[in-house]
Amino acid sequence: MTATLVFILSGMLAAATPMLFAALGESVAERSGVLNLSVEGMMATGAAFAFAVATLSGSHTLGFLAGGTAAALLSLVFAALVLVFHANQVAAGLAIGVLGLGVSAFAGNRFEGAAIAKPPSLDIPGLSDLPVVGPILFSHDAMVYLGILLVPVVALVFTRTKLGLSIRAVGENPEAARAIGTPVLGIRLGCVLFGGFMAGLGGAHLSIAYTALWAEGLVAGRGWIAVALVVFGSWLPFRIALGAYVFGAISLMELSVQGLGLAIPSQLLSASPYIVTILVLAAISRDQTRLRLTRPLSLGKPFRGQA
Amino acid sequence: MNDVLLRLEGITKRYGSLAANDDVALTVRRGEIHAVLGENGAGKSTLMKVIYGVTRPDAGEVLWKGAPVSMRNPAEARTLGIGMVFQHFSLFETMTVAENISMALPDSPRDLAPRIREAGARLGLPVDPDAPVHALSVGERQRVEIIRCLLQDPDLIIMDEPTAVLSPSAVPALFETLRRIAGEGRAIIFISHKLEEIRALCHTATIMRGGKVVATVDPTATTADDLARLMIGSALPHPVRPPRELSPKPALTVDDLVLPAADPFAMALDHIALKVHPGEIVGIAGVSGNGQAELVRVLSGETRLPSQEAPRVRLEESSVGDLGPRDRRRMGLAFVPEERLGRGAVPQLSLADNAYLTAAGLGLSTRGFIRFAAVKAFAESLIAGNDVRCSGPDAPARSLSGGNLQKFIVGREMALAPKVLIVSQPTWGVDVGAAAAIRQRLVDMAGKGAAILVISDELDEILETADRLHVIFRGRLSPSVPATVDRDRIGLAMAGDFAALAAVAPDRSLAHA
Repeated sequence: MTATLVFILSGMLAAATPMLFAALGESVAERSGVLNLSVEGMMATGAAFAFAVATLSGSHTLGFLAGGTAAALLSLVFAALVLVFHANQVAAGLAIGVLGLGVSAFAGNRFEGAAIAKPPSLDIPGLSDLPVVGPILFSHDAMVYLGILLVPVVALVFTRTKLGLSIRAVGENPEAARAIGTPVLGIRLGCVLFGGFMAGLGGAHLSIAYTALWAEGLVAGRGWIAVALVVFGSWLPFRIALGAYVFGAISLMELSVQGLGLAIPSQLLSASPYIVTILVLAAISRDQTRLRLTRPLSLGKPFRGQA
Repeated sequence: MNDVLLRLEGITKRYGSLAANDDVALTVRRGEIHAVLGENGAGKSTLMKVIYGVTRPDAGEVLWKGAPVSMRNPAEARTLGIGMVFQHFSLFETMTVAENISMALPDSPRDLAPRIREAGARLGLPVDPDAPVHALSVGERQRVEIIRCLLQDPDLIIMDEPTAVLSPSAVPALFETLRRIAGEGRAIIFISHKLEEIRALCHTATIMRGGKVVATVDPTATTADDLARLMIGSALPHPVRPPRELSPKPALTVDDLVLPAADPFAMALDHIALKVHPGEIVGIAGVSGNGQAELVRVLSGETRLPSQEAPRVRLEESSVGDLGPRDRRRMGLAFVPEERLGRGAVPQLSLADNAYLTAAGLGLSTRGFIRFAAVKAFAESLIAGNDVRCSGPDAPARSLSGGNLQKFIVGREMALAPKVLIVSQPTWGVDVGAAAAIRQRLVDMAGKGAAILVISDELDEILETADRLHVIFRGRLSPSVPATVDRDRIGLAMAGDFAALAAVAPDRSLAHA
């Protein structure tokens, strides 16, 4: 029993990291008022480029950078469509998402079925050898810790910095923000690119660290879960992180339960991470007043003023 | 003279064939509160856009502190020392006061907090820097806007109809603040069309009509009627009220209405009783936020009562308290809400479509199909008949100025020839000439036998149109008194002292009301 628990909890952090990156990035884009639904495609693109570059160069660091950059370039196309040409954000996001899946399949084609070494885990002498706690908390690769670290960083940026204020201002009321001299389109562009880079990092973690092998369709809906996490986490980084970790934990629990051979339909088990995550986040986001304060009011609406 | 801060000479701005500003001259001195007075479309807004750097004039010169300047955008105007407080606030609701103000300044919210408190104390603008803006009242939000503008240390502040959003009781405090600001050597351009306010506050008034300056006067030495004559080019009409016969049966009755507050920001209604007879106008005076909004929602059907309480609201003989707006409208009720966009009209829809929404019953549809030609003709007749300035029946509602849209909505509801008409803030934001026209039409409708209830923040409006009035205070409604009552007594009642009205002899003609 303890072994199962340790398996679930130690795997949870790693399993959640791809979605955590993608969801944090998407939350920043959304708080600036841009709904980017291409997260799934951006993650897939990031995963493929990261795998290719890491395999060819042998460097995981270069792989992560390549994954982030590739997805950011994809988000730049999206940004051009919605910020410059005022395309409908939902339609543009879906289109770029499909494009991203195609790019991913193309770039990953020659690596189909290939495996790659996992990045080293940052073992902390002493701590990593502790029973139970060691494997759960202190035996992960650097990106897992970076993901954890980014949660309070993003939260602090939004509550304590002028940059965060400007992003929230642009997301709430772009006309008013422009009236007081905030560069609306510049901020939105920056947020979309950040969201793209983060989605790419998430995809990269999936392909070169978590599964460490390439198969087309590897992302398997995690991008959509990330989009859902943002909304159900009411755009708050800590709630988004909670959602991501719950999802990670339940998806591992599902594997363990399947291993036990209980007479539960496997389809129901496979669906359980999605259902439980949404239930948990919906429960903590019930407060409508609070939600009104974090929901970016201009989300999805194009801004036509001159920047 | 070295105290001249801003001088405009020969400013001309054309939009196509229309001269929005035609050879306009204006001189503003330090420490002066300078009114720019004019009806909607007189060219005030264009002139302010020129001064604030939003628009460049086609001809003419802007002299700032004696030197000619050419501003390309508002940021340059702010750098020169010109600030503006907008009529529609540009605040972010999800942020605190200090965070909002820090958006326009290089400082951090934490450093600004003491400066916000200091400026607030010095100028009579108390605000809590840590309060979230969404929790502030309209008046408090305006204070935040003013402080945000002042912390940029401007020499000249342009205020676009600052009293339009305030309740009458908040206006004197704002004026005191503006006097203090002027006392610091700053100049204020005060845009308004409320004549009494300009006479009470301003040192100089520049009056515009049709894009031209028609006069520059000392408003304290000019009567309101003279100012109005200059502004609209003819004498200000006052509604004429012919004597009329009142039917003894009330068309609208509210009986001992009690409604608990729906949320912490709402006002509970406390045993409200009123009657409106065919042929009369009843006014409800009071500072906004004392239960008017809640009462209006009960009357319109937006708030429904439980069915056992249905008889508390009656249209003629029928109990309607539990019916929705649609059923009540079928029974002859028409309603002009306070918010034009979103409640009085759908912003995205054209005027024609908006006309159809409440007037479908006027033969505008056949077996469920809309008769577009008839709808368009109806909308055109409303536009022509109510002097609505717009590009035509296809113009989306949100493209109209507030006053013009109000004229359209009031006209639409009047065209239904209702038995009972409820009008909330009938002339809010409407300029003087058009407001007088709307008031006259209300009086005319009552003359034809409609029962009209007018809810307004503007006491003058109620005194001009209503036969009787009630005062509402903290969800309680005073007994009705004739509209001939002394204003001071009504003022006392608006502050909660209903006994001040009790001294008035009850209205003999309608003593039963």
